[in-house]
Amino acid sequence: MNVQLSRRSLLKAAGAGVVVTSLGALGFEAAEAAVAAHVRPFKLANTTETRNTCTYCSVACGVILYSRGDVRKGERAELIHVEGDADHPTNLGTLCPKGAALKDFVRAPTRLQYPMIRRPGSDRFERVSWDVALDRIARLMKDDRDRNFIARNADGLAVNRWTSTGMLAASATTNETAWATFKVAKGLGIVGFDNQARV
Amino acid sequence: MTNSWTDIRNTDLVVVMGGNAAEAHPCGFKWVTEAKAHRGAKLIVIDPRYTRTASVADFYAPIRQGSDIAFLMGLIRYCIENGKVQWEYAKAYTNASFIVKEGFGYSDGLFSGYDPEKRDYDRSSWDYEIGEDGYAKVDPTLEHPRCVWNLLKRHVDFYTPEMVERICGTPKEKFLKVAQMIGECSTATRTMTSMYALGWTQHSHGAQNIRGMAMLQLILGNIGVRGGGMNALRGHSNIQGLTDLGLMSHLLTGYLNMPTEAEPDFETYMKSRQFKPLRPGQTSYWQNYRKFMVSFQKAMWGSAATAENNWCYDYLPKLDVPSYDVLRMFEMMNDGQVNGYICQGFNPLLAFPNRAKLTSALSKLKFLITMDPLETETARFWENHGDFNPVDTASIQTEVIQLPTVCFAEDEGSLTNSGRWLQWFWPAATPPGEAKHDTRIMGEIFLRMRELYRKEGGAFPDPILNLSWEYHDPREPEPAELAKEINGRALTDLTDPADPNKVLVPAGKQVLNFSQLRDDGSTMCGCWIYSGCFNEAGNNMARRDNRDPGGLGTYPNWTWAWPLNRRTLYNAASADTQGRPWDPSRKIIEWDGSKWVGDDVPDIAPTAKPGQVLPFIMNPEGSARLFSRGMMRDGPFPAHMEPFESPVPNVLNPRMRGNPVARIFRNDVAQFGNPDEFPFAATSYRLTEHFHYWTKHNRVNAVLQPEFFVEISEELAKLRNVTNGGWVRVWSKRGEVKARALVTKRIRPLICDGRTVHVVGIPLHWGFTGAARKGFGPNSLTPFVGEANIETPAVKAFLVNLEPSTAPQDRPGVTS
Repeated sequence: MNVQLSRRSLLKAAGAGVVVTSLGALGFEAAEAAVAAHVRPFKLANTTETRNTCTYCSVACGVILYSRGDVRKGERAELIHVEGDADHPTNLGTLCPKGAALKDFVRAPTRLQYPMIRRPGSDRFERVSWDVALDRIARLMKDDRDRNFIARNADGLAVNRWTSTGMLAASATTNETAWATFKVAKGLGIVGFDNQARV
Repeated sequence: MTNSWTDIRNTDLVVVMGGNAAEAHPCGFKWVTEAKAHRGAKLIVIDPRYTRTASVADFYAPIRQGSDIAFLMGLIRYCIENGKVQWEYAKAYTNASFIVKEGFGYSDGLFSGYDPEKRDYDRSSWDYEIGEDGYAKVDPTLEHPRCVWNLLKRHVDFYTPEMVERICGTPKEKFLKVAQMIGECSTATRTMTSMYALGWTQHSHGAQNIRGMAMLQLILGNIGVRGGGMNALRGHSNIQGLTDLGLMSHLLTGYLNMPTEAEPDFETYMKSRQFKPLRPGQTSYWQNYRKFMVSFQKAMWGSAATAENNWCYDYLPKLDVPSYDVLRMFEMMNDGQVNGYICQGFNPLLAFPNRAKLTSALSKLKFLITMDPLETETARFWENHGDFNPVDTASIQTEVIQLPTVCFAEDEGSLTNSGRWLQWFWPAATPPGEAKHDTRIMGEIFLRMRELYRKEGGAFPDPILNLSWEYHDPREPEPAELAKEINGRALTDLTDPADPNKVLVPAGKQVLNFSQLRDDGSTMCGCWIYSGCFNEAGNNMARRDNRDPGGLGTYPNWTWAWPLNRRTLYNAASADTQGRPWDPSRKIIEWDGSKWVGDDVPDIAPTAKPGQVLPFIMNPEGSARLFSRGMMRDGPFPAHMEPFESPVPNVLNPRMRGNPVARIFRNDVAQFGNPDEFPFAATSYRLTEHFHYWTKHNRVNAVLQPEFFVEISEELAKLRNVTNGGWVRVWSKRGEVKARALVTKRIRPLICDGRTVHVVGIPLHWGFTGAARKGFGPNSLTPFVGEANIETPAVKAFLVNLEPSTAPQDRPGVTS
């Protein structure tokens, strides 16, 4: 039941070259074959199809993502097209003006590529390695927690609150990411912890 | 949502109030269109603007933003006065017959027990009379003067059609037309659905807006039935999921609560959570709280959580305030009490009110960490963009670390939609550059901190050192591993209580669902309401069987819905007290003489007898509450409250500003504006071409709606000499924006209490990053105050002034 269905398997096999050859075999003259050769190849030929869910609102429309390459095979994959999933009971293949342009979100020029640091007073971000960024974050957080953690209140009751560092979680992440995030944040004692449901 | 998107097709009447589904949820709105086309359903829209939803409505009524309670109480009054009540339902399934304590009262817009100094109520009188048998007293004849029904009748008596017109600006005949259409749904075979969103939540009295409609739906018998319900449209793709999983200051998972200082130990915490039934024979399902709580603690701290240490109860932070919500955190930040902030896929600089205050607060942080697929204004709050972000960069000492994350196309896992469906999805693309999964970043931060605590020690390291983190690759837990933890498993063999030799679930196996959870430490479960999502049958969230056996949009084998794959909440209320469906053509479940059967999972014990065990199983009453006891801070019934910034005084009590119990921080009081200085009533909204502050990064959407504007009526344009397409300056007590004026017929002035109220509409999709032109958001203007119960910013109704102006300027050398 969890199989990734392949709706366009027929079309996948039919690249542009195959089309021209078939036309020839059907007895078309060279002139027609030349015209056919100018027809842009079907862009979804030889793509990987993946079931996904629109990242915007909570209607949660089913989408089919078409990529060149297959991440499940460990290949580099590039998203080239997005369509509504006709099998999905809610959207039945339709998408709104936002969902129809999902590809532009995934491939936006302002997608972030590398960890960056803006130092105090600076007017720019500087690229750093993940190790530098993560070590720095762990250090900053631990120092602040150690300095400001409220272990007990005035009555001596164990209250274990870390109020001087807060976190906002992302309500476009998965439930699984949310659970991992929850464990870390609540485990550290962060009480200023919310997500967009607060808005 | 109590129901689902696909269920809307079964309705007879759609009421969109506090939302704009055609624009903000277009593909879900198609089910409204289906209901109209195939069932002859009607659509009513009640909104300050003639929205795109209104443009396809059968009837549109204007309303002043923030006055919804008066409208809704007016509808309840109309239904009671005109006998438009589903009596059998209302008598059996609500607390209409419950007798309220002597001493409960209401006058001048305030309930008994108000303390103006504390800005709070003593709620002790807002409760039932309890008999000697320990159960709440009832009067099924509804004759007792203090039964809920009679108190409700008295409470709504004020809200005549004339009063609704006076407060809301809705012409009386339009209100009456709406009331008449809604009243028709009081029969057992006509249902109405309510679709609402932030137009209801973002008020200081937001929860009471929603309660008002829920009460109306109960009186009409529309909860638990097909085509009915209370349907929160919800914003982000997994905002339901993150709420369910308790990523909030006051919550743990599955609507378990964070402990407070008043609950110093586990037994005290549990003592106030006994959930003893208030009527004989009722389910009061929260009586299982302890099983869910202990299983949650075992999921957090594994073998470290034992009976001896009260399941590591001491590890949990104890709150000293109701919540460290976002408004409170920014207040503390601005006050120098917060040093670090992590923004994961969240852009508070545009999402929260009073942007000047937010910028000031962020500038006082020592460090800000952002995790996002995209550039955000928050990550670049220190960057000068002229009028669009007029900051002195050099003076801002905050260190900012910006981390690139994957987006949906590169991720795997489940998202919970508004209809509570948990839908699994798969990755299709390689992340750009060095972007990483959020799980990887959280894992790496956690492992590094744990290592530092191991090496260096530090403040109370125990909850960190003992946090259960058993994953194949601890640096990056896999989605399936996390989903299995959320579902829960047996830690030792679970035997049948009736037969100790019979093993129900062997140690290490996934539990079937939350019915198998125990309070003795033998089970673990991350989030009890999600238990059943990934059991020994596999990943139920990845199911893709889209057959619909009953033909009514249930789709029981499509992915998985919480709880227990139940598609309509309270569905036992779809049948009468004999267990027969109110409407056989829209049957969900029915009583076959010995058990409940039907297309959906019954929302009641399978053998619980109808008429004896009532359908609202989570409530100790067994019935739904028209009177909410002391469970909400601002009243057991909704009462009209004006926004903190209102163009008119509160007719109930002119001295009452906003919600009388809403929390206000000291410095924000001086920043509330008055109508003499700020004469126009502003509101914020979304456009169909954009999603929050994300799609301005997309070329296509930036082309469709390239530029920030404010929308005003022809009358206001004339009053202020504004030309369509010209520049205007709009300012409040807290800031200003410059925008193109969009002069339309979609907004018309309202007459409220004899005064003309001009409405200014401000869409919220622009900032200073992305592909669209630079612009502002309404949050440059909005007040810093929250909803009284939950602290959702009250940003749907505020006051502004407006005049013609010039274009905003970017920093020198940059043209926007």
